[in-house]
Formats: sequence, structure tokens, C-alpha cells
Amino acid sequence: MPLLSMITYAPLLGLVGILVLRLMGKPEDPATAAGARWIALITTLATLALSVLLVARFNPNDPGFQFVEEVPWFAGLYYRMGVDGISVLFVLLTAFLMPICIAGSWKSIETRVPEYLMAFLLLETLVIGVFCALDLVLFYAFFEFGLVPMFLIIGIWGGQRRVYAAFKFFLYTLLGSVLMLAAILFMIGSTGTSSIPQLMQHHFDPDVQTWLWLAFFASFAVKMPMWPVHTWLPDAHVEAPTAGSVFLAGILLKMGGYGFLRFSLPMFPNASDLFTPLIFVMSAIAVVYTSLVAFRQTDVKKLIAYSSVAHMGLVTMGIFSGNTQGEQGAIYQMLSHGVISGALFLCVGVIYDRMHTREIKFYGGLVTRMPIYAAVFMLFTMGNVGLPGTSGFVGEILTMVGVYQVSTWTAIVATSGVILSAVYMLTLYRAVVFGTISNPKLESITDLNWREVAIFAPLIAATLYMGLQPNSVFDLTAASVDQLVQTYQAAIGGAHP
Amino acid sequence: MDPKTLVTIILFGPLIGALTAGLFGRQIGDKAAMTVTTGFLMLSAVLSWVVFSQWTWGGLEPFTHVYAPFIHIGDFTSNWAFRLDGLSAVMLVVVTTVSSLVHLYSWGYMAEDPAKPRFFAYLSLFTFAMLALISAADFMQLFFGWEGVGLASYLLIGFWHHKATANAASIKAFVVNRVGDFGFALGIMTVFWAFGTIEFATLFPMIEAGVSRTWEFAGQNWQLVELACVLLFVGAMGKSAQFFLHTWLPDAMEGPTPVSALIHAATMVTAGVYMVCLLSPMFEYAPVAKNVVTVIGAVTALFAATVGLTQNDIKRVIAYSTCSQLGYMFFAAGVGAYDAAMFHLFTHAFFKALLFLGAGSVIHGMAHEQDMRRYGHLMPYMKWTFVVMTIGTIAITGLGIPYLEWGFAGFYSKDAIIHAAYEAGGAGHPLGYFAFGVGILVAGLTAFYSWRVAFFTFSGTARWTSEDLQHHWHNRDHGQDDAHAHAGESHAADHGQGHEHKPHESPWTMRIPLIVLAIGAVGAGFAFHHQFIGEHSAEFWRGAIYKAPVAHAAEGGHSFPVWVMVAPIVVSVLGLLVAAYMYIWREGTGAKLAAQRGFLYLFFYNKWFFDELYDATIVRAAKWLGDLFWKGGDQKIIDGFGPDGVSALSVQVGKGAGRLQSGYVYHYAFVMLLGVAGLLTFALWAWAA
Repeated sequence: MPLLSMITYAPLLGLVGILVLRLMGKPEDPATAAGARWIALITTLATLALSVLLVARFNPNDPGFQFVEEVPWFAGLYYRMGVDGISVLFVLLTAFLMPICIAGSWKSIETRVPEYLMAFLLLETLVIGVFCALDLVLFYAFFEFGLVPMFLIIGIWGGQRRVYAAFKFFLYTLLGSVLMLAAILFMIGSTGTSSIPQLMQHHFDPDVQTWLWLAFFASFAVKMPMWPVHTWLPDAHVEAPTAGSVFLAGILLKMGGYGFLRFSLPMFPNASDLFTPLIFVMSAIAVVYTSLVAFRQTDVKKLIAYSSVAHMGLVTMGIFSGNTQGEQGAIYQMLSHGVISGALFLCVGVIYDRMHTREIKFYGGLVTRMPIYAAVFMLFTMGNVGLPGTSGFVGEILTMVGVYQVSTWTAIVATSGVILSAVYMLTLYRAVVFGTISNPKLESITDLNWREVAIFAPLIAATLYMGLQPNSVFDLTAASVDQLVQTYQAAIGGAHP
Repeated sequence: MDPKTLVTIILFGPLIGALTAGLFGRQIGDKAAMTVTTGFLMLSAVLSWVVFSQWTWGGLEPFTHVYAPFIHIGDFTSNWAFRLDGLSAVMLVVVTTVSSLVHLYSWGYMAEDPAKPRFFAYLSLFTFAMLALISAADFMQLFFGWEGVGLASYLLIGFWHHKATANAASIKAFVVNRVGDFGFALGIMTVFWAFGTIEFATLFPMIEAGVSRTWEFAGQNWQLVELACVLLFVGAMGKSAQFFLHTWLPDAMEGPTPVSALIHAATMVTAGVYMVCLLSPMFEYAPVAKNVVTVIGAVTALFAATVGLTQNDIKRVIAYSTCSQLGYMFFAAGVGAYDAAMFHLFTHAFFKALLFLGAGSVIHGMAHEQDMRRYGHLMPYMKWTFVVMTIGTIAITGLGIPYLEWGFAGFYSKDAIIHAAYEAGGAGHPLGYFAFGVGILVAGLTAFYSWRVAFFTFSGTARWTSEDLQHHWHNRDHGQDDAHAHAGESHAADHGQGHEHKPHESPWTMRIPLIVLAIGAVGAGFAFHHQFIGEHSAEFWRGAIYKAPVAHAAEGGHSFPVWVMVAPIVVSVLGLLVAAYMYIWREGTGAKLAAQRGFLYLFFYNKWFFDELYDATIVRAAKWLGDLFWKGGDQKIIDGFGPDGVSALSVQVGKGAGRLQSGYVYHYAFVMLLGVAGLLTFALWAWAA
């Protein structure tokens, strides 16, 4: 049974269903919208069920690719899919967040609902495809097409400056994509294959590696995003609808980190080693710089967006530490950030839906009217500052342990992030939730309803479970990560596997 | 019962209580939430004493009971576990005893608070985190508990979240602790890097062999053990409010008084001392780090005592007192007297919790007035509180009879510390005599400020009026804004009982904990000094505290010169007499001195200007940098030259924004399609060739 393809294309079934419904019904018909919502929710839940099945059947002792599908496609190209310990959990994360995005948009999106849901379902297919593709051409197609639905979501259902945000997003991504495409063409031309597993075995000449590495780096650094190519992210987040932000922070940012793990490290180890200082400097600056910027924000969403950039700084430095703790920490940090930042954007969405503003000054004293919301927001605030017991801690401490072994300076700067994150998150929480209500408009604000509680429940469970039982996750990733680290260290002649 | 079962019940009981009260408080009601949390804590306390007595007299062997793996990545292994040894056995009784008494006390103190289940849930959550901290078998669980108690502290300081001052104080506490944790985390990384393990049991035997190894850190070459110890101690400085990182503790008094007694006096703030003692096998091989500990401890003891002399808020005086006493514990550890440090931690828990809860009783009876300048002549109104506060004061000032070996709790432990410092000086420890001198001086200051509180509050003339209290208790009825009413401490109109408007004694739920703690403040030193620091200490600690062979040179305790033996008691009595002179015999002398506003007075009164200094430098710099990076870096430079520049350019090229707006998506899709087309063309070409 081609399980991976089933997971990847299952959302398209829902898309077709909604399309049929949309074509049969009148535009902006409430009944059509309601039907579309249910179709989307059921489809994404089914995809999630299949993904859980995938993880359950995944053999954690096998470091290589599993569930491999390989069929000749056309013109000498192959359709190759497969997952290993590094990618399998990203498939699960995508499938996990998608029903939450759909449910999170249930009431807040009122215009062009079927189109909106179709964009999300298409997005899910393409992103899962990114994590499963084992062929360069296929990967590139998923990777680049994946941005189109996101683009539409921001550009059509976004806020007032959505055009500016979408344009910024476009400019940055375009630059990276062109360079990566050139590199991919060169790789296929020079090796005669587009198979990722084969290319991972291929030893490129170190000089060639440098150029290829830089080309891929241009694309992945923008996606992460790394400082200083991060300025598209706050704008994109601010303008995106809530579910768009959840998916952007939760999944799309992880494509860059995944790319580094899948391409840069195994295919261009010498170049990765060469550029490690560059990555460390950029990541360390990202942590301090964006944390300080986050501290001064007046817009809730922008603050959380900047905080994402700081957290992603830890990821990149963990990846390029080249040791087991660093890699595991980086992967864990990505998974954890997917859950926690997604949840934080949903927390913003809750008050935005009620008050239609993200100005921090507007709020204050919410705890008196919204005690459940206050508790939920507190949990994810603590997750974001990396409190032990939440998933945020595990990723942070492991990446820092990994980086410390390579560069103490980088580790020192990165560790200062634990202070800065507490400063901006607690200041935000205090301004929004604590104090007394001074704005009369907030007097009638209502606490979380059952739908919102149901959306937050799985995120809460994931944050705590991953914080208290991380080992059950590491068991899945360990074999593949160990292999990655060993081959990487062997290639660069490193002493510490 | 099996000790492993016992410790499991002790550990998880408070967690169950916290979850029940926190998640279902609304459903089950206030009384049930309070009963569940207090009940579990009482159970934990009783079982802790069972474990402690089995440890002390029953020959219980140390053990580590593993519950589940936490993080296993390569050599980086950590488990959820319960480590029982001499140190954790002591902490078990300290934490659960004080916590259960504070739970009980809060029945009375928080009686009128509308959010009781939340309060009790936080208290129990704190207790669980603290127990996880003391029972950790590796650095990860230690850090889990460490930050867990920090979270509980944050939540409880800010418990009255409508008060702006409470919110500011809670953030300050969390952030300053994070500064400490920054060092702590780097210390853990250093340990792992140096020894390839973070488990105490595997780590400690490896230290000796690794002493000579060095490592480049922050541009300096360090001995690895020294580096690890210094970094870990930075964590201890944050948690235990030591000099430079002390500023959060006085502000933490914004929390309800039971919280101050439990977290900010008896248990959490001693975690740093506990950690240094636990890591004695490392610190004993790190002479430089030990010197750092000694200096910071001694300076803190002195600094906090000087500030404590001048404060007028009863809780702040006791907070600075705590800070100062923690300094004693640290310099004891710094000179190698870990056992004396732990003993002082143990006795201090009783008398300091007593003093705080006593102060709470006064505050409760005085309609939530905390300024001692509005107290005076309270003895006739609160006899119980007066008696227990006096006992607590005697205990902290360390009154006792030197050669008879009879005294209140503080006498045994504080004198043991002062003697240990003197002994270390004699054994060639460079800072021993320095710490000894500071210890003697601070003992005098401690006596003065402690008796000042007692006299200022209970004797002399009444500086309050019936109208003041009436005003406080009935300010809602009078509909007036009272400048002195502490908005957070809600006071209902039924407080006055018959509208007498006099200070009143607290209810039994508050008096029982005071009496129990008073018994501890009297007897804890007498009852246990043989175990902690006396002839049975080796069998009591059973290897939990490590002393390098040289430090054993002069064991015994009776070999000091007479002046060393009597000095602490002499300065303590002197402090008492000065306080009595200033606040009883010549009442008003203190106020006169303060009114002169001498330089030293202002310096002490303003806490050595630390808050002002930090605000002017670190806080302002962070804001300035944040704005600079945001408006200068992101908006002007990056966006200016990057997307906005390109955008402006393309607007010119495109002659108008209208065309642009509709275009992006299509442009993008078009470019990408071109790319894919090119790719396919290339592939076809390659395949054909």
C-alpha cells in the first residue's frame, strides 16, 4: 500500500469535494461554506489518522528511508517518495496542525470560504510532499508550489497591508528559489541522477560543494528565516489570517531547517563545515537582535513573529553543530516550535476575533473576564520561554549543549536568549492578561468557547507530553540522526561523532 | 512500607492536590480544594518525617528510584527519579513541614480571598516542583525543579494580578532568576562537555581525575571544574538572591505573606545553598570557585543586614534578613563547612518561616498595614503572636550559652558557621578570617534589626489609632480612597467584629502553625546538632557531603579560643541592647536618626541604589538597543535596501501600484513555472543525450 502517497494526496480528495460543492452551490452561500468546512475537517482528520498509522508502522531501528515508492515518471524522471527518522515527524506535525487550522478558521473566515479551505488542503498536500519527496525535481516542485497557496491565503484573506506583505514574501523567496533551481540543474547534470538517496552518497568536489551549498543556503535561509533575511516574516504574520500564521510558523518555517538537514549537511559536508562560523554568527545575532526587537513591539502578532525568528536561530546553530545533541535538539526545537508558536498565534486569534485589533495597549486585565484563556495563554507563554516540563525546554537545552561543544561564544550568546525570551513574553502576558480592565470595550469580552477549548486541547497535550516524555520522540529520530552525524563527521574528519 | 513507595507518595501527593484544586477548583468548591491540597501536604509531611527518622536512626540506605527516562541522547542521559540521601532527607522534612503548615495557615490568612483554589493549587504545585528539585539524580531534573519553583514563585508573587506592583515584582523575580539560570545552563553544558555525563552518581567519582583539564571559555583559559562550579554558582546566586542578583527578593514581598514564608524564606531561596552542598564533590576541587562563593556569601550577609537596619516595611526587613542569612549559608559552604550550611538551612527554615508567618499575623490583625511606623503597643492585643515572634527573634539572633551548648536553634547553626570560618582561616584558607569577621559583625546587625522589629511592633506607644483601622476595614462603606490601603489584600467589612476597631489576634488555623514552628525554632538546633554537625555527622550524611581530606584537620569544635566562642553571643546581646535603647528606653531615637538623613542612612535605606543602577544601565540599554535594531536595523537598513528599495524601483518600472497589486501571485507563479519548464527541458535533453 503506497501509504506516503495516500497521506500526501488525501487532502486533494477533500479539495475536489469542496470544488464540486462550490460549483453546485451559489457563491457565498452559507450552506456551501458549512459543508466545505466539514469536508475539510474530515479530510484533514483522515490525513492525520493515516499519518499516525505511518508513525506507528515506522521502524525506529532502520536509519534509512522507509515506505519508499519509486515509479518511473516521464522523461527519465522518477516519482520517488520515502521517509526516514528526520522527516517522518514533520509529516505528522503537518497533519496534526492542519485540522487545528481548519477548526481555527471556523468562524473567523466568512468570505470565499470554499476557496480558502481549498487553498489550505492544497497546501497540506504540497507540504507533506516536501517532507516525503526523495527526488530533487519532485522536491523542488512541492517546495516552490507550496508557497503559492500560502501566498494566496495572505494576499486574499489577509489584513490591510496584505499586498505589501505578500510582495515582500515574494521578493525574498524568489531570490532563493532561482539560485536553488540553478544548483539543482547543475547537480542533475553533473551526476546524471535526481535521486536524493543517491545524491547523499555522491561525494561532490569540495569547491563545487561551496557553490551548491551557497545556492541552497539562499533558499533555506529565507525560509527559516535567518537574520538578516527575516523581515518578511513579521509582515507576513501580521497580515495573514490566524490559521495562515499558525501554518506559516508551524510548518513553513520548518522547510528551511529540513532542507539544511536533508541537503546541506549530508550532500555538502565540507562546505557545511566551512560555513559553520557564518551560520553561528548569523544565528547568534538572530537570537539577541530579534529578541530585543520583540521586546519593543506594540503589536501582539509581530512580537510573536520576532520571537519565532529568535527561536529559529537556535535551530540553525543546532543543525550546524554537527553532533547528536545539536541535531536532535534542532529537530525537537522545530517540532516544539511548530506546536507552541502555532498555539500562540491561535491565542492572538482568540482576542483578535473578539476585538479586531492586535494592539497590545488595547488590552489588559483579560484574566478577570477570561480565566480559562489566561491559563491557556500562560502555558504557551511558558512553553515559548522554554520552561522545563514544556517541549520548548528540551529543544533549547539540547541545541545549546550541542553548540557549546563546538563554539562556547555562540553558546553563551544563544543562552542569553533564555533571559530575553522571559523579558518579552512576560511583559506581553502582563500587558494583555494581567492588571485591571481599563478599556471599557473589554468589559463584555467572553472566555473561550467549547470549540476553542477543543482546538487548544491537543496543543496543550502535545506541549506537555513532548516536555515530559521527549525520549519517546528521540526513539523515532535517533537512528537516522546518528547516521547523519556519523557520515557528516566522517566526511569532515571530525573527532566528535 | 517500602521507602520507595513512601517517597513516591511524598512527591506526587502535592501534585495531585495541585491538579485537583487547579483544574477542578470551580467544580468542587473552595473548601474541598483547600482540604485536598492541605490533606496531601499533611500526608507528605508525616511520611517525610517517617523517612527522615528511618534515615537518621533506622539505617536506611541511600537509593535512587527511577520512574522513567527523560532525555537519552548519546551520553546525555537523564531520568525522572527520586534520589534519597542525607541531603534530600533533610530537605524533605524542611519542605513538607513548612509547606503543610503554610497551607494550614492560609486557611485563616486567605479566608476572604475570592481565588482560594488557585492559591492552594499554586502552593501545592510549588511544593511538588521543590520536591522534584531536591530529589533529582541528574542536572536535568534538578533544572526542571529549579525552574518549576521559579514558575510557582512568579505565579504567587503576582497572585494579586490586578496590582501593578505585584505584576512588576513577579516579572522581576522571573527575569533575575533567568539571569542566574543563564549561568546554570552554561554550567550544565560545561559539565557535560567536560565529563560526558550529567548524572551525579557517575559524575562525582570522575572529578578528581579531571581537575587538571582546561578549556577555553569566553576568551579565557579555565580549569574545567572551576568553570563549571562558577557557572553553576551563578544559578545559585539567582535563586538564593545573592549580591548582584538579589534585587528581586525584597520586591517578591508583594506576594501574600504565606508565600513569603514558604518560598521566599524557608525553601525555594535555599535551593542555591542546597545545590552547592549537593555538588560538594565538585566544589571541593575548585578552590577559586569556593572563594567566589565565600566572598559573595559574606558580602551578601553584610549588604542585606545593613539595608535591613533601615527599612520600615515589616516584610521587607524580614526579606533582607533572609537574604543575609542565606549569605551566611553560602560562606559556610565556601569555606568547606557544608554540614554547617545545611544545618543553618534547616534551623533557618523554622525560625524564618515563624517570623514571616508571625508578621503575617500582625498584618492580618492590623488590617493589612505593613508599615511598622504605624504599629506599636500591640502586645496586649496579640499575645500569641507576640510570644512566637519573640521566640523567632531569639532564635535568629542566636541566643544561647556557649559552653553549656544550650540555646535556641540559630545559636547552634550560626555559631557553627562562624566557628567554621575561623577554623578555615586557621587552616590557611585565605578568606576564612574575612568571612569570620563579617559573620561576627553581621550577627550584631542581625540582632539589632530583628529586635527592632519586635520592639517597634509590640512595645512602646501605639502609633495607630482606632480610626485608622476602622478606615482600613470599612473603607468600602465609607466610600473613600485610603492611601494606605493595600488594594490587593482584600478586607471585608465583617473584619472588625462588633466594630471595636482594635488590632486582633489571628484565628486558630493561623496560630497552630505558629506554635509548631516556634517549637522548631526553640528545639531544632538542640535536637539535631549531634546529627548535622556533631559526633554523629559522618553516619548522618553517609557520604552525601564530600570534604576534601585536608578540611578534616581540626574536627571537634571545642578547641577555639574563648573570645571566638563568646564573640557571637556578645555582639548579639549588644545588638539587642542598642535596639532596646532606641525603641524602648529612648523611644523615638530611631525616627530622629532617620530624619537626619545622613549619607549612610540614605545609602542603606535606598538599598545601595541597586535598582536605580540596573534601571539606568541594563534596562535602558535593552530598550534602546531594541528600538535601534527594530527601527534602524530592520526598517531602515534591511528593508530600506532590500525589499522596499526593490519595491520602489519596480514601482517606477511598473509605472503605478495598481498593476503591481494584482500581479505578484501571477508573477511568482509564472517565474516558477518557467523554472520547472526549464528543468524539464534540461532533463529531457539529458535523457536524450
